[in-house]
Amino acid sequence: MAASLKSTHALSFKILAECSTTKARTGKLKLPHHTVDTPVFMPVGTQGTMKGLTTKQLEDLDCQIILGNTYHLGMRPGHELLEKVGGLHKFMNWDRALLTDSGGFQMVSLLKLAEITEEGVKFQSPHDSKEMLLTPEKSIEIQNSIGADIMMQLDDVVHSTTTGPRVEEAMYRSIRWLDRCISANKRPTEQNLFPIVQGGLQPELRKICATEMVKRDTAGYAIGGLSGGEEKDHFWRMVKLSTDILPRDKPRYLMGVGYAVDLVVCSALGCDMYDCVFPTRTARFGCALLRTGQINIKSKQFAKDYRPIDDTCKCSTCARYTRAYINSIPNYETVGCHLLTIHNIAFQMSLMRSIRASIVEDRFPQFIKSFMKTVYPDEDYPTWVRESLASVDVHLSQQ
Amino acid sequence: MKLVIKQLLDGSCRLGQLTELGRHTGRVIDVPGCLMYTRGASAPHLTQDMAKTIDKLPFGIQLTLPTLAENHEVIEDYKLGIGSFTSQQDSLLFLSVQDPGTTIPSGYNEKQFVSIWTTGGRMRLSTATFTTMLKNMKPDWFECLYDGDVVPGTASKKRIRKSVDRTLQYLDDCLEVQQNSPELKNIEVFGVIEGGDSHDERIRSAKETAKRPLSGFVLDGFQSDALATDVKQNLMMSVLKELPEDKPRLIHGCGRPDQVMQAVELGIDVFDSAFPYSVTESGCALVFPFSYNHQSNVDSAVLEQSTDQEKSNYVNDNKAGISRYEINLTNESYKSDFTPLLADCKCYSCQNHTKAYINHLLVTKELLARVLLMIHNFHHYFEFFETIRQSIRDDKFQQLKKIIMDST
Repeated sequence: MAASLKSTHALSFKILAECSTTKARTGKLKLPHHTVDTPVFMPVGTQGTMKGLTTKQLEDLDCQIILGNTYHLGMRPGHELLEKVGGLHKFMNWDRALLTDSGGFQMVSLLKLAEITEEGVKFQSPHDSKEMLLTPEKSIEIQNSIGADIMMQLDDVVHSTTTGPRVEEAMYRSIRWLDRCISANKRPTEQNLFPIVQGGLQPELRKICATEMVKRDTAGYAIGGLSGGEEKDHFWRMVKLSTDILPRDKPRYLMGVGYAVDLVVCSALGCDMYDCVFPTRTARFGCALLRTGQINIKSKQFAKDYRPIDDTCKCSTCARYTRAYINSIPNYETVGCHLLTIHNIAFQMSLMRSIRASIVEDRFPQFIKSFMKTVYPDEDYPTWVRESLASVDVHLSQQ
Repeated sequence: MKLVIKQLLDGSCRLGQLTELGRHTGRVIDVPGCLMYTRGASAPHLTQDMAKTIDKLPFGIQLTLPTLAENHEVIEDYKLGIGSFTSQQDSLLFLSVQDPGTTIPSGYNEKQFVSIWTTGGRMRLSTATFTTMLKNMKPDWFECLYDGDVVPGTASKKRIRKSVDRTLQYLDDCLEVQQNSPELKNIEVFGVIEGGDSHDERIRSAKETAKRPLSGFVLDGFQSDALATDVKQNLMMSVLKELPEDKPRLIHGCGRPDQVMQAVELGIDVFDSAFPYSVTESGCALVFPFSYNHQSNVDSAVLEQSTDQEKSNYVNDNKAGISRYEINLTNESYKSDFTPLLADCKCYSCQNHTKAYINHLLVTKELLARVLLMIHNFHHYFEFFETIRQSIRDDKFQQLKKIIMDST
């Protein structure tokens, strides 16, 4: 039952259990710096730090792998400095696993002046206005300096709602850029390179892309170009279509997903890894995550609420502080933000632990049903949730 | 609260313990010592799990009323007091009227009211409001309201006299309320001594305050840089002469290491720790040496192993108005300095991170920069106080003082 990968990749993926109903699986992803339990949520620490938390706190929270952003790190502190110090692990003193994106997404989303050609992404540096070019080779060079356990290929990013020939062009270009990235990787035995399945919301293009990429026999695969404001109905179909093609014995990383409902559904569709800025970003706006949904702790209604954020939560915030106290901390005092960030990461980690445990015990479908009932107590499940789960034989209405 | 003096140096400098600390049976505070400065009852930037990594975290913490007063209605509703509300019930809680970590605007105190500045702006405290807050907050220890709005050099003799009179009046009013309120009975009260830069008014304030039934005294008005060091010291000496020796003395806003040494020498027992906070806020780290057993002074200790580049930064930092007790981590030259903030420092930040990383966090305006600096600066400052006590025990106080004074 367990499948182990024998190859030159810098990882091994061992599936420990598979759900007998859905496509979910739980496994151990052995990376150069840490062995990660999947399905896993990876918090985003953009600039070599996790939004005010120390690496000790991240370990205490059971974070096993976190993200760094190549675009930001390449700008500051710069890849020369990271090279000099021996990589981001050393620079930020993080012993566990790291994943870096390619930098392409930020180019296109942050920079108005980005221009994409076959060579790469041309953009103006926001720091000194110099014209710069991010090629697949350059992205990998920077990512090699950062030294993350998993690197992402540079892909040609189009907005998930884009239609027409641009989507096809971007998909084929992403395949060509993947090949350039693979050739450019100077540390293939220390760093894994994941391709990104593109193709927008067009099933045919996704199929071609996934099939082509599988031929490259990389260490794992990412599903990209989703979670950008497209219809959820399209979203889940693209995820399922991709996981149907991607090989069973390799990890599948669904990019940009972090809402609890999405994590549960997509795990049922066979995804293993997720990242999203949402839990940490929403914390900075005063929001705390709960199984029943999120609450804004800064709202007046919590001023005299002397319960912890979540009395079933085991995090250091919930063990010690009340909603009322966090509500009382003025916004400019950073402690309030730290307390919420801790809780929100703990929430994500705990959700993923529950998912994994229920897969091991082969009661994942029951878990899904009770989870969804908590989120939607009136059973007014969104159609996409109902349909996506039905596609893997979990029928919410039959509860 | 009782002060037990264990050692007296040169007739004024004291080593001792504060004992009989109410609900905290069996616990003591070593003096000279400092309280941990807090905002909203939390160490600035630090959640408790990180604050607890600091070795010599003081048992006494300073709650600053301006950072808490806006929530007094909630605290009243909560009923169990500020310690429990803020999860600081295990500490000894001292409530200060003002926040030494911020500058207080001048010209807003009145006969019946003291102004404090909260997030929402000015709040006027009468004795009645103040004592109501005390009843709800239930700190272990507080200082009475005071009118400290006398800026040296600009306040007239008349204004200074008024500040002494008002402060005594607030004190008497407050003590009267306390006498009639069972819920305030067990709280330790310190009276505040004012008098600006007037010798006569300082002595009058001290003499009059000493007549009241108090647990100890607070010296206010010594934080200003407008007062010359020798003038400050003379004033302080005159005040301390009027105070009973067996009662503790706390001082506000006297936190720079040289000021601390001078004040300890004259007989001050308790300090706040707003100084390491302000160092943190300016992106700096405390690096002053205080090891009197080694032959070290700041020049050899800090400059010895530095490169020329570092030496020139060090000089530049000082030119920029930063004391020689600290280095400015925003300085470009730390960009690729992969050494800890301070060699041999045992704090979490120095054990795990480099100057280059903290420089990066400051440049990118990441929240972790202040977290790591606050941990280091508190750690270094609390170690400094431990060393002061040890130096008195070892009869090496003057050696330590020389090291610290030579640093300025």
